[in-house]
Amino acid sequence: MSKIVRTMSSLLVLFVFIYGLYIIMHGHLTPGGGFQGGAVFASGVALLIVAFGSNNIHKSLKEHHLSVLESSGALIFIGMAFGGLAIVFFYNFLVGSPIFGHIPPSGPNPGDLWTGGVIPFMNIAVGLKVLAGLSAILLVMALATTIMEVEE
Amino acid sequence: MRKIAMAVSLSIFIGFLIATAFLIHPFGYPPSEMDDYIIENAQSETGANSAVTAVVFDYRGFDTLGEATILFTAVTGVVMLFRKKKREE
Repeated sequence: MSKIVRTMSSLLVLFVFIYGLYIIMHGHLTPGGGFQGGAVFASGVALLIVAFGSNNIHKSLKEHHLSVLESSGALIFIGMAFGGLAIVFFYNFLVGSPIFGHIPPSGPNPGDLWTGGVIPFMNIAVGLKVLAGLSAILLVMALATTIMEVEE
Repeated sequence: MRKIAMAVSLSIFIGFLIATAFLIHPFGYPPSEMDDYIIENAQSETGANSAVTAVVFDYRGFDTLGEATILFTAVTGVVMLFRKKKREE
């Protein structure tokens, strides 16, 4: 697209990415979580694809790298689930431990980031998976449409 | 014969719908005690301030695992469908 659109989107996409990562990271404190933050991040990728064209994006963002990211997110998620297997599958074994183990006071409180046990790791894993998966879908579909235009 | 069977099954289905509409719990008074338990104990048991996240990632982790698997399958299907064709010539 035009130079104005490219400049503005390359500025704005940083904020979109940071917002998506913020939603993923604060999933155990505020509304949102891995799925929502990953979708926000993928919408930033969609903005980049619209502004720069999928062939330019494909030079630096390959879909097989994204699928590796997605599979590793799924593996981290299942691995965290298996980590609590000593008691029960999906047991929250990190509550009370030094890693993300603070227990907040009950009732309404602002909370701090260092709580939640296994939940922040699962949020990160699911967020990684969703952002890589949705970006891969967008990139592959955009590439397919450009190839069709060239063939016509 | 098929018409009779269809009529009988349809009337049973509609009867179930009407019975459910009359037997449903009143609005705002859910029948289970699970939600009260989660609201009271989510913070102390999981350490997460957001009770929704506590339910999604801890109490109902299997559901999230299923969602993630659905997304994985969808991505696999789309990438397979739109893969680049090798030129045969």
